[in-house]
Amino acid sequence: MHFDKMSRRSLATGILVGAAFAASGALAQKNYGPGVTDTEIKIGNIMPYSGPASAYGIIGQVETAFFKMINEQGGINGRKINFISYDDGYSPPKAVEQARKLVESDDVLFIFNSLGTPSNSAIMKYMNAKKVPQLFVATGATKFSEDPKTNHWTMGWQPSYQSEGRIYGKYILQNHPNAKIGVLYQNDDFGKDVYKGLKDGLGDKAKTLVVADAPYEVTDPTIDSQILKLKAAGVDLLIDFSTPKFAAQSIKKVAEVGWKPLHIVNNVSASIGSVFKPAGLDNGIGVLSTGYLKDPTDTKTQQDPTVKEFFSFLDKYMPDADRTNLNLAYAYAVSQTVAQVLKQCGDELTRDNIMKQAANLKDFRSPLFLEGITANTSPTDYFVLEQLQMMKFNGQSWDFFGPIISAEAAKS
Amino acid sequence: MAAPAETTLSSSASDAVASVEMPRAARRDGTIAWVSRITFLVVALAIPLLFKNFVVFQFTQMLVYAIAILGLNLLTGFNGQFSLGHSAFYALGAYTAAIMMDQYSVSYIWTLPAAGVICFVAGFLFGLPALRLEGIYLALATFSLAIATPQILKLSPLEHWTGGVQGIVIIKPDPPPGVPLNQDQWLYYFTLAVGLLLYILARNLVKSRSGRALMAIRDNPIAARSMGVNLALYKSLAFGTSALYTGIAGALGAIIIQFVAPDSFTLVLSIAFLVGLVVGGVGWLPGAIFGGAFVLFVPNIAEGVSKGLSGAVYGIILILLIYLMPTGAAGFVRAVLSRLKS
Amino acid sequence: MELLGQQILAGIATGAIYACMALAVVMIYQAIDHLNFAQGEMAMFSTFIAYQLMLWGLPYWVAFPITLIVSFIGGVLIDRVVFKPIHDAPILSHVVVFIALLAILNSTAGFIWDFTVKSFPSPFGSAPLFGSSLISAHQAGMIGVTLLLLVLLFVFFRYTRIGLSMRAAAANPASARLVGVRVGWMNALGWGMAAAIGAIAGILIAPVVFLEPNMMISILLYGFAGAVLGGLTSPAGAVLGGFLVGIVENLAGTFIPVIGGELKLPIALMLIVAVLVFKPSGLMGRTVVQRV
Repeated sequence: MHFDKMSRRSLATGILVGAAFAASGALAQKNYGPGVTDTEIKIGNIMPYSGPASAYGIIGQVETAFFKMINEQGGINGRKINFISYDDGYSPPKAVEQARKLVESDDVLFIFNSLGTPSNSAIMKYMNAKKVPQLFVATGATKFSEDPKTNHWTMGWQPSYQSEGRIYGKYILQNHPNAKIGVLYQNDDFGKDVYKGLKDGLGDKAKTLVVADAPYEVTDPTIDSQILKLKAAGVDLLIDFSTPKFAAQSIKKVAEVGWKPLHIVNNVSASIGSVFKPAGLDNGIGVLSTGYLKDPTDTKTQQDPTVKEFFSFLDKYMPDADRTNLNLAYAYAVSQTVAQVLKQCGDELTRDNIMKQAANLKDFRSPLFLEGITANTSPTDYFVLEQLQMMKFNGQSWDFFGPIISAEAAKS
Repeated sequence: MAAPAETTLSSSASDAVASVEMPRAARRDGTIAWVSRITFLVVALAIPLLFKNFVVFQFTQMLVYAIAILGLNLLTGFNGQFSLGHSAFYALGAYTAAIMMDQYSVSYIWTLPAAGVICFVAGFLFGLPALRLEGIYLALATFSLAIATPQILKLSPLEHWTGGVQGIVIIKPDPPPGVPLNQDQWLYYFTLAVGLLLYILARNLVKSRSGRALMAIRDNPIAARSMGVNLALYKSLAFGTSALYTGIAGALGAIIIQFVAPDSFTLVLSIAFLVGLVVGGVGWLPGAIFGGAFVLFVPNIAEGVSKGLSGAVYGIILILLIYLMPTGAAGFVRAVLSRLKS
Repeated sequence: MELLGQQILAGIATGAIYACMALAVVMIYQAIDHLNFAQGEMAMFSTFIAYQLMLWGLPYWVAFPITLIVSFIGGVLIDRVVFKPIHDAPILSHVVVFIALLAILNSTAGFIWDFTVKSFPSPFGSAPLFGSSLISAHQAGMIGVTLLLLVLLFVFFRYTRIGLSMRAAAANPASARLVGVRVGWMNALGWGMAAAIGAIAGILIAPVVFLEPNMMISILLYGFAGAVLGGLTSPAGAVLGGFLVGIVENLAGTFIPVIGGELKLPIALMLIVAVLVFKPSGLMGRTVVQRV
């Protein structure tokens, strides 16, 4: 019920209401941190617009467009957002340099949604020493949310890689207890993190069920050799912990060699536009994954009035963007979450209060979240999103099935 | 890049050296050299007092890159060997420092000599088999080293030391008690002092008997051998010394960034060193500072011009620089000097 | 044993990608006596041109020749516009300009066509070849085209006047000029041909690895390795080298325990370096006699 109320009240009206409050509450205490004035809030961001991970640069573009929209609608509590986004080329030393530039030279209030585990690992210590929020980092690595005491100023957003891995483990134990699992994983922090979650989820049975694994490097041109190796090992349940390009290659290659294992790809590669279309939509039929955002390619979703707002945003601000790219929905939903935090802050726009409000999200919902999924945080719980739902590709879009699974439940 | 290419490379390099350090116009050149040295020192010492901490940090990074480029210059500019693998030595130095500080709580100062020695040995050993390779083949061998580095760093059997894909976070050192500087200012002066020391050593090396042997090998290996220069020894020594410089730069880089991870040390870093070397001037030691500045600042300038096309802007700036100064800053300085003289 | 056979076959299929690229590398080396670091990005850009033409509705077999012609002209222009003015600059300055070109092409392609992967059609289809599940029709077709290109190049360099002049111009510009070869235009022609061969390589590779601005960066590494292993002066050596790299890499990844999977490329590269130490001009390259 709560959900219905929230979804009817669109974000835009929420902002207007907020603005009205601000206007009437001129007496309320104003307390500003760096980068904030009566008319402006400066927010920093770091993205790999160039380099090996440049496919994710689109996230920064969507966020820039999102804040442009917010500003044209009057800003948040009457303040315009000045969104400063820099390129780090996915290089940790460059990320440190850009973070320092944002904090020390541009005087931003906080850094929002900086992308990539290596880059965020590199700046985490600095941000916490400087007491500048490193809010809603764009990576699912567990370490950014698991320790609010030590890293008070760092918070993740999406369901963590490890909890996603655990959910696959539980799913397999329940539905395919005798599977011969083969794991294809990217040999970096991300691939190893999901793989660890899978092993945790499988528990004692991990050793017997996982019959083969094959790592690949992002520099590998193809993963044909790895697929053949897994096939030869007698695998009948293939799990890909890979980024979109390699997930697409693997779906295509599995079809080409006439192999028919049960195939799971992780959420990072659940994008229809950047994975299933290039791989061939028919080749992807029956592939499983998990999600927490609505699938914008689904015709039913497109009729959803709350999602229509998202499409009209894209039509107006990013007319050329590929609608089937999952990163668009991701960027939109995470931007809405930060807008919610700023709204909650009211006129007390200090770094302290940003973290306080970010750790005080109660049943927040973006219209793009799957039904039943909410964002909840507390000073001791920095995991913003912890729920996922299994889904199956039908050749056009995703069919969700089964219950909403929370990572907590999967832990036991 | 094969035989004829090398002669072009070396002749221009020796030209650059000759023009700056020509014995005939020695007195006048000496005055100019001293004036520029003192100017550089005054400016370098004043930087932390004039700029914000963030800018001081950027200049520290620039000095670190300059030291790495200095090392590459000793190898390429003075010994004619080509390397695309210096990111590997930089990484080795960085990880040496990080592991010593993180696991054994060694003071950052002592990590530098350790990084230098380890990289010298690694470079020397790598130089031995690479000796048989020249030009393009040496490029491929060093290039393989650069490709292999991040993959070896995240190898699971080594994870205990390297932190695997997660890397190592280290603590930024404080200035010694009683020194009225903040961390960034202190690290800047520290890096500057190390850099100047290494520069003076490099200069003396180049002017020494060994330095002449190195250059003889570059200019004509067969003739050098017939004059009794031990080719194998000198070429390996050149590799080792060059790796030593780059390794110390890597250790300093780790200390100022406070973080090492495999993704920091890809082939892109090696290419950046190479670009810095050429922009500064192959075979001209002071060029390293121009190279370091280019490596650090030009990508930022390019991003400022256009975010979507920053790579294209960077490329165009680079091409224009080569048009204006085909032999890098060295050639430019030479031209300015000869105009001053006339 | 069955796995061994499969991995060798898969290695040949992947090796065809490298062989194709290695041919383009050798082509430019024959023409200008340098390795061109921007070669991969040129091939990628050409492939995007073909993609764009097909997006505009042109059929494959119309888009293909147009792409080759555009690429050829593009290659000639790069030589005339970018490299002619710095003809006398030292070799390392040329290398830096290659790197600049790489950055420009990569960034421009990303700006125009964005960085998400795109599928690219194959003229041979992607069905398994003869029902065998190990190698697809496209991969077989790719091996065929690579071998055909190899024969054409061999004939061109060995028997045509222009091919011989081109080699002369690259190997010894001064002497070539004396016997009446127009060295400058031979360089330009070499660039054009290298760009066109690169376009063919890109168009053949894209259906396998998907089209995106970064698709060629790692393939170029393998192409270089293959070309150097086989011998930079020999197109046949380059093709052989490309296939060998593919096979060795697959076998290392499959059969060396623990570190094999994580280090398959470094292991392959180390083997190449070891070969070069004993055979410094590659498997099929000519030894160059150096004059003092």
